[in-house]
Amino acid sequence: MIEKTANKKAWLFVTPVVALVAFNALIPLMTVVNYSVQETFGDNVFFWEGVKWFEQVLNSERFHESFLRQMAFTGMILVIQVPLGIAVALTMPRKGPWVSVCLVLMALPLLIPWNVVGAMWNIFALPDAGLLGRMINGLGIDYNFTQQPVAAWLTTVVMDVWHWTSLVVLLAYAGLRSIPDAYYQAAKIDGASAWAVFRHIQLPKMKHVLTIAILLRFMDSFMIYTEPFVLTGGGPGNTTTFLSIDLVKIALGQFDLGPAAAMSLIYFLVVLLVCWVFYTLMMRSEKQ
Amino acid sequence: MGIELRKVSKQVGAETYIYETNLSLEKGGFNVLLGTALSGKTTLMRLMAGLEPPTTGELWFDGENVTGVPVQKRSVAMVYQQFINYPNFSVFDNIASPLRVARIPAGELRQRVERIAELLRLTPMLQRFPNELSGGQQQRTALARALVKNAPLVLLDEPLANLDYKLREELRDELPKLFKGTGATVVYATSEPLEALMLAGNTATLHEGRVTQYGPTAKIYRTPNTLLSAQVFSDPPINTANVNKKGDTFHLTDAVSWRVPNGFAGLGDGSYTMGIRPHHLTLGTAPKNAVKVCATVLVAEISGSESVVHVNVEGNNWVSESHGVHPYKVGDSVELFISVERCLYFGSDGQLLTG
Repeated sequence: MIEKTANKKAWLFVTPVVALVAFNALIPLMTVVNYSVQETFGDNVFFWEGVKWFEQVLNSERFHESFLRQMAFTGMILVIQVPLGIAVALTMPRKGPWVSVCLVLMALPLLIPWNVVGAMWNIFALPDAGLLGRMINGLGIDYNFTQQPVAAWLTTVVMDVWHWTSLVVLLAYAGLRSIPDAYYQAAKIDGASAWAVFRHIQLPKMKHVLTIAILLRFMDSFMIYTEPFVLTGGGPGNTTTFLSIDLVKIALGQFDLGPAAAMSLIYFLVVLLVCWVFYTLMMRSEKQ
Repeated sequence: MGIELRKVSKQVGAETYIYETNLSLEKGGFNVLLGTALSGKTTLMRLMAGLEPPTTGELWFDGENVTGVPVQKRSVAMVYQQFINYPNFSVFDNIASPLRVARIPAGELRQRVERIAELLRLTPMLQRFPNELSGGQQQRTALARALVKNAPLVLLDEPLANLDYKLREELRDELPKLFKGTGATVVYATSEPLEALMLAGNTATLHEGRVTQYGPTAKIYRTPNTLLSAQVFSDPPINTANVNKKGDTFHLTDAVSWRVPNGFAGLGDGSYTMGIRPHHLTLGTAPKNAVKVCATVLVAEISGSESVVHVNVEGNNWVSESHGVHPYKVGDSVELFISVERCLYFGSDGQLLTG
């Protein structure tokens, strides 16, 4: 038998981590909580306000609109990127020299910083000077993402698809590669069609990585800020003002710290809730 | 009839996986492919299944040339070392899947699935999913899928290798019985000589892409046609040494010799290779007609009721396997008894010599 002994020295090793987490997560979070329930006029003078800011945010038309906009954007991103990512992963070679070429090509967009992607697409899509913008207009289609809401949305979505589909591709590809050859042989012997192989072997075997891919893409797209900020600045009007852009406008533009703090907490809880629900559902379906 | 390989070979790039092979497996029989890893067992099976076309030669099945006929067009069932089942199908649906592809009506399908499930003791698991089953149950599901199809050719590629010892014993017992009477030609690949012996039927020994011998399992074990076959079909490995024939005696050394058995009288004097299986080398008590030699213990292992002792005999490293637990220490000098009448003699070309 191994006896468990209380070892006080262990605290010595844990303390730095606790301090670090407290410093970069707990303390900032508590500051936000602090702002969300009080009013301040500067000079570190605070007045208790209770849930006033939360009520204000939840009842504001502006929050509803940017929340819906955010949901629509994230929905589109998932609906496009997940199937597209799987499709691309399925067409990638399983072995040979092309594997590494494909992997590098796929990984390239992921290596570019967000603001650079935003700036690239901004210039690329400019209707007068950009290659893409000029081409589309040259085809006789009136396209100007700085003025037309639909064009702005399309450009933002296409940019995100360009930037992030690779992530889904790489994850799906990893899932596909982990399926032993014997599965394909067995399916071949059974006379299963390509669709049946996909539906009954590849998809179930990719389930875990796809869960991760969907979760990552949900969180990233739900919290997207830099790319649309650089591309459209939230415009035209506020048609591409997503939650985080709105949040920054309230917090740093209008300096409404109370509502902004309340909004960030709501934002945080929504992300947490959706992730939890999604994860629980996936795990439950796993157990059948 | 059954399955017949006529001058079949398989090359992939510059590498030869299977050298020209002629092999005819009897219809309805239980056939074992015995060979170490990379000896070509799986390739041979893939060729038989039609998963890969042979580079040269022809494949005949029940009197029909099936070379190049894709696997979907033939009725073949295969079970693998990994437990391959459809992950999102219940056990019932897994077993039913080949029947669904063959468009068997629902009533008959249910009957057949249930009968096979009963046979493989899967009835209580029919509604479960593969990841809720133990390894043995998963493999039995895969076997059920192969059985339910009633395929005339069933290929089993090391199906027990990933199971733990107990389950392996159990299934190994069941397997030949399961296929008996189905009329299916069964091919079973394994790397374990003992497994081949227990499965009985016929065995083909494989070595580096060549079939060295094919015939009834027990017969091949007793009279391997070449040293290579003997080496493939022996666990622990068969012991070999050079012996000199002088007149009517075989000499291991000047001091250790024995009479040439009857029937070998016609053999010319000279150097031969003798082979003797580990359990015909005994330590301790002398069996009848044994020749005594002095040996030094190199390694001593005890496997339950057997003692496996590696010894050095006149410069040869041999393995002896004897009943009972004998506590030998490394470096001990021991007396080793060679049951000389069990010796096999091979010529310089590796062919078995018979009188």
